[in-house]
Amino acid sequence: MKQFFLASILAGALALPAVAADYTIIAPANPGGGWDQTARSIQSVMQSEGISGNVQVQNVPGAGGTIGLAQFASQSAGNANALIVGGYVMVGAILTNKSPVTLNDVTPIARLTGEYEAIVVPADSPLKTMGDLVEALKKDPGAVSWGGGSAGGTDHIAVGLIAKAAGVDPTKINYIAFSGGGEALAAILGSQVTAGISGYGEFESQVKSGTLRLLAVSSAERIAGVDAPTIKESGLDVVVQNWRMVAAAPGLTDEQKAAVSADIEKLAKSAGWQETLKTKGWQDTYLAGDAFKEQLAKDVSATETVLKDIGLVQ
Amino acid sequence: MSTFEFLLQGIVIAAQPMNLLYALIGVTLGTAVGVLPGIGPALTVALLLPVTYKLDPGGSLIMFAGIYYGGMYGGSTTSILLNTPGESSSIVTALEGNKMARAGRGGPALATAAIGSFVAGLIATLALAFIAPFVVKLALVFGPREYFALMVLAFVTVSSAFGDSTLRGLTSLFIGFALAIIGIDQLTGQARMSFGIPDLLDGIEVTTLAVAMFAIGESLYIAAQGDLGPDKVEAVKGSVWMNRQDWARSWKAWLRGTAIGFPIGAMPAGGAEIGTFLSYATEKRLTKYPEEFGNGAIEGVAGPEAANNASAAGTLVPLLTLGLPTTATAAIMLAGFQQYGLQPGPLLFATNPQLVWGLIASLLIANFMLLVLNLPLVGLWVKLLTIPKPWLYAGILLFATLGTIGANPSVFELGMLLAFGLLGYVMRIFGYPIAPVVVGLILGPLAEQQLRRALAISQGDVTVLFTSPVAAVLLVIAAAALIVPLILRARGRGEVLSQLAASED
Repeated sequence: MKQFFLASILAGALALPAVAADYTIIAPANPGGGWDQTARSIQSVMQSEGISGNVQVQNVPGAGGTIGLAQFASQSAGNANALIVGGYVMVGAILTNKSPVTLNDVTPIARLTGEYEAIVVPADSPLKTMGDLVEALKKDPGAVSWGGGSAGGTDHIAVGLIAKAAGVDPTKINYIAFSGGGEALAAILGSQVTAGISGYGEFESQVKSGTLRLLAVSSAERIAGVDAPTIKESGLDVVVQNWRMVAAAPGLTDEQKAAVSADIEKLAKSAGWQETLKTKGWQDTYLAGDAFKEQLAKDVSATETVLKDIGLVQ
Repeated sequence: MSTFEFLLQGIVIAAQPMNLLYALIGVTLGTAVGVLPGIGPALTVALLLPVTYKLDPGGSLIMFAGIYYGGMYGGSTTSILLNTPGESSSIVTALEGNKMARAGRGGPALATAAIGSFVAGLIATLALAFIAPFVVKLALVFGPREYFALMVLAFVTVSSAFGDSTLRGLTSLFIGFALAIIGIDQLTGQARMSFGIPDLLDGIEVTTLAVAMFAIGESLYIAAQGDLGPDKVEAVKGSVWMNRQDWARSWKAWLRGTAIGFPIGAMPAGGAEIGTFLSYATEKRLTKYPEEFGNGAIEGVAGPEAANNASAAGTLVPLLTLGLPTTATAAIMLAGFQQYGLQPGPLLFATNPQLVWGLIASLLIANFMLLVLNLPLVGLWVKLLTIPKPWLYAGILLFATLGTIGANPSVFELGMLLAFGLLGYVMRIFGYPIAPVVVGLILGPLAEQQLRRALAISQGDVTVLFTSPVAAVLLVIAAAALIVPLILRARGRGEVLSQLAASED
């Protein structure tokens, strides 16, 4: 048993290049981030549920996922065993980086998970409600500094949408980009910025322990188990969800596409996947086929509008 | 229960035979990946996550902690022996360590690195256990302006510490800054100096630059000398072990390195490298043997090695108390926690004390295992140097290339590796120090971003940079470090200083 265990660890550590895999999933980010975790969760559920015998994950980090996307589109064309993980952040990154490869160059299969944005302030902040924050923003947009993740990402887009909905010039917002929700969290806890915005999961334990005050979440309806109003309730029509999806290679035949879609549906419906969603705190947002295609097109054009409003895209 | 009882209970949990086995596997794997340039602990832990899914949470986290500590240590071996830093935090170790190895003192260099890592790991882990909540409060005081002041201090101390000529050191540093500008600007998301090449959008990878400058540049330099190469490498001169003087010179450096590394590791925007730079600069200033710096001073190995292991423990402070991952490895460990439905954060110490204290205790045990694993191997490692040069450098090239490809399978990355290797070679020929280039690449973006963040928050008011007490103190120290030598020189003691500078050659 022990030998088996050791052998499997060594095999895991040495199996860097893919060896005759049923699926190879590109995680277009460094290990540890959301896309990497999504790819590795798909890997373990696909194997444990017997959907695929051998799944490899490969990290191709860089530039909001556009490096991985470009590599995937050019190298995997016609390969039905290749998948890539992506999401809302990639939509923004394609626009800001003027990426030559877009989501039109791959075959989006399905949206899998989503996470809503949460707006928080330090516990000792004078701002008690989302209304207070919006008032402050209206009075002097520059005086309200927002700490969040990378520029042009979901957090930044959400702040742009909030400003626009509140009738404030989105180019005037004072958004301070940090290299991830974690570093932003430190700045918020240290009261370096007025408010913080990131995925709810980043703030959850701080909100529960009372060091951060949760002002609002960016969902359409209140989230079960989260004691906070939606942004909508404060009178601003803003709903933002940081969703993640899986896409297949370009140039697949209809049969190949159907086969991949069937495997992903099996994955999304499996007990193992539902269990994973629960432990990771991800919302199940499974959406496939034409409905997903439509939604994706809508998201792309809405994102383009807001990025232009903020001034990140000309 | 008191902290101490919790810790004892944790040691009992971590000392169970199965957990000891996990710790051993962890440190062994960690040391192995630390030795390979490019492949770091983050990737290893990520690869192991699915494998450990079936294990109990305690066991797998103990293994991850072992990998983390092992990786921090493993990088120093190749730095010292082959002048090829395996990780960015062991770049500084190569400066003095490799000079020592060439003078036949590779044994003591490896030993002081191993024991220093152990001492630092031990003290820092205990600090993690007892003062984590206080340290994290201190770390949160650091906002953008305080970080900027810290970076200014780092630049001032570091640029005077590397190399024999300030002008040459600064030139190298600015080459690093120039390289650091390449890529997407973090604060606005706009691409700079990428010339439409997608591979440049994410900037230049620190390990690629370091491996290229040190390993490839060095190989080219040696190859270009052919058989005429003057520096005959002596594998072992004197004892493989540290002598009395080595101990006397090392222990203070270990302690100072720990004191510098731990708090910097605990800062959310810190990072192991900064601690090693500051430690090296400190040792160079305080040493009684300034003439040895640049030629293999043992303090220059002992201090930075202690600092990088101490900061590895420091990184766990924000992870465990805030749920805040500050390094890639910590981010994966966070994913590991979440895999078992545990949410690190202020509540973790209260809700899962067994696990937290088990982890802290297993860090102590992993630390012991590293020492046990590595000290006996010192004699074996130094034998590497007896390999004939052509074989040795062919091997280094192979490892450097494999490591880079393993971390990022891209032809462009390989091209950059070779191009920077050539740059390193040319700089070496003309006597420019190469370490400041890497320092510039690491610290440049940090300083720029923090300055711009501070000014954005204050809406352009420059005075905020001096009005925070912490920032003001750091800036005053930096100014003193810059001005005092000038005053000394002006008062006629310049001869001594320039003599010192000359003998550093």
